[in-house]
Amino acid sequence: MNLHFDVEGGEFISAGVASSKVKKVLKQLAIKPEIIRKISVAMYEAEINMVIHAHGGVIDAEIMPDHVHVVLKDEGPGIENIELAMKAGYSTASRLAREMGFGAGMGLANMKRYADILQIESEPGKGTTVEITVKLYPEQA
Amino acid sequence: MGNYHSVTLDKNRCIGCTDCIKRCPTEAIRVRHSKAEITDELCIDCGMCIRVCKSHAKRALTDPLDKINKFKYKVAIPAPTLYTQFKQLRDPNIVLTALKKIGFDEVFEVAKAADVVTAYSQQLLDEGKINRPVISSACPAIVKLIQMRFPSLIDNVMPIISPKEAIARYARQYLMDQGLASKDIGIFFITPCAAKVTNSRQPQTIKTSDVDGVISMKDIYLELIPVINKLKPEDIEIIQMSSANGIGWAASGGEGLASKVYNLVAVDGIENVITILERVENNKLDVDFIECLACVNGCLGGPLTVENSFVSTNRMGKIKKYVKQHGKTRDLNIINPKIRLKWDYALEVTHVRKLDDNMMVALTKMEQIDDLHKTLPRIDCGSCGAPTCKAFAEDVVRGDAIIEDCIFMLREKVRSMAEEMMSLSGILPPSIDQNRRES
Repeated sequence: MNLHFDVEGGEFISAGVASSKVKKVLKQLAIKPEIIRKISVAMYEAEINMVIHAHGGVIDAEIMPDHVHVVLKDEGPGIENIELAMKAGYSTASRLAREMGFGAGMGLANMKRYADILQIESEPGKGTTVEITVKLYPEQA
Repeated sequence: MGNYHSVTLDKNRCIGCTDCIKRCPTEAIRVRHSKAEITDELCIDCGMCIRVCKSHAKRALTDPLDKINKFKYKVAIPAPTLYTQFKQLRDPNIVLTALKKIGFDEVFEVAKAADVVTAYSQQLLDEGKINRPVISSACPAIVKLIQMRFPSLIDNVMPIISPKEAIARYARQYLMDQGLASKDIGIFFITPCAAKVTNSRQPQTIKTSDVDGVISMKDIYLELIPVINKLKPEDIEIIQMSSANGIGWAASGGEGLASKVYNLVAVDGIENVITILERVENNKLDVDFIECLACVNGCLGGPLTVENSFVSTNRMGKIKKYVKQHGKTRDLNIINPKIRLKWDYALEVTHVRKLDDNMMVALTKMEQIDDLHKTLPRIDCGSCGAPTCKAFAEDVVRGDAIIEDCIFMLREKVRSMAEEMMSLSGILPPSIDQNRRES
């Protein structure tokens, strides 16, 4: 099953709609709670990043019988140094974003922690593509 | 064991409007044949439908007061919300005395056990063995909501029995120690809500409930009013054992305040609770403790209360102040440290309405729901009897509804059939000349 979302930039209030929808579908499919949590946390972080840094973008989530694959694509400023951005606590978020409780510098670190496979491609000035894969039945892998 | 629910429908009063289906937080209600139908496995007894039904067709099943006569020794265990239902009343002893006057032999307050539960909660919080943030288990509707909608937070729920169950246990044990037989003791909870009725009849995490019956606060209010009005100061017995903090549990934030946890969130109103729990699921709420209550203003806003909950919140403040400054409590210790406050069983995930056991089939159905939803008007009008177009799409795929139940889809079908008939009416057999027929 494929789900497509257009994410608006700067919309902090509605941020999280896509991950919340995916979460709902997975709950209906009776996927284990801890697996759903992994997907929703990783995806929510990526979604929020899109809103804060990249003025929105598009999300395509593919729910397969054994895994979930989420591609988040934006045409934002890109990430200068992915390795540095992965460090817990490193943040470039705006003051407004921080005041709203976002931008603590845990985004990429959390994504890495919860995704089974995380791929980030980024070109400064052009945009970023984040791919998150989570296995639904890791014990069978 | 079937699913018992306190919340039920009075079919004669239901006019088949869409008020309840729209407000039910778990989308458990559908309108069929002009009557609301509650899906048992989805209902969490939050009582929202009781509150929003303008025809008063939704009710909470409770026990009649005369059920107490089945027992030799009748014990009332009132929820602290009861104290706030009376105008000008500051001293809980007045309400407690009045309960004795209407037929109870003994009155033990749920608020007393709230003090004990608070202390035990603090101990568990300090031990730090429960997943953080720890979520209060005081509201049974919220516990059911978590089991159904937030399964990943099950291990965050405080595994302690409610003050209602705790006081019932203490009461029974104390009275048995005094020589009474267990079968002769009837313990009756005075409830502000439906969820606690269900929770007493069909407890989830304990073997059995010590509560023998549950009486609605509305019903007991009518009995108490004339008695309280006639009560003379010299009639007032000192029955109270609770503290201001224990009484405060009835209000939103009361449990948190009593627990003295600094880093906490107290949230009331089921929609607000859902928003907060969503955040916890996303690891976006860095607190130690969350107090969640399904009703706005906590138990003071329960669907079986009499007074407006904003007014009772004001009275709660006055009662607590009175209790702190002038409160008289009875010198009796019924708190037996041997009594277990922990759950007997772990909380389980409720898998409601799985689409299919086979993942491939379930996924296909999920896609069908999504595709169908895209073709629907998506204005969530409710005419089909489902709360949203999304819920309707799911009902159709499950086979519980047909596509023509949607008036927009029906109209479209009628139109296309009409158009087809129009074009069919223009076709003539090849043997007949088009021009000849026209003339």
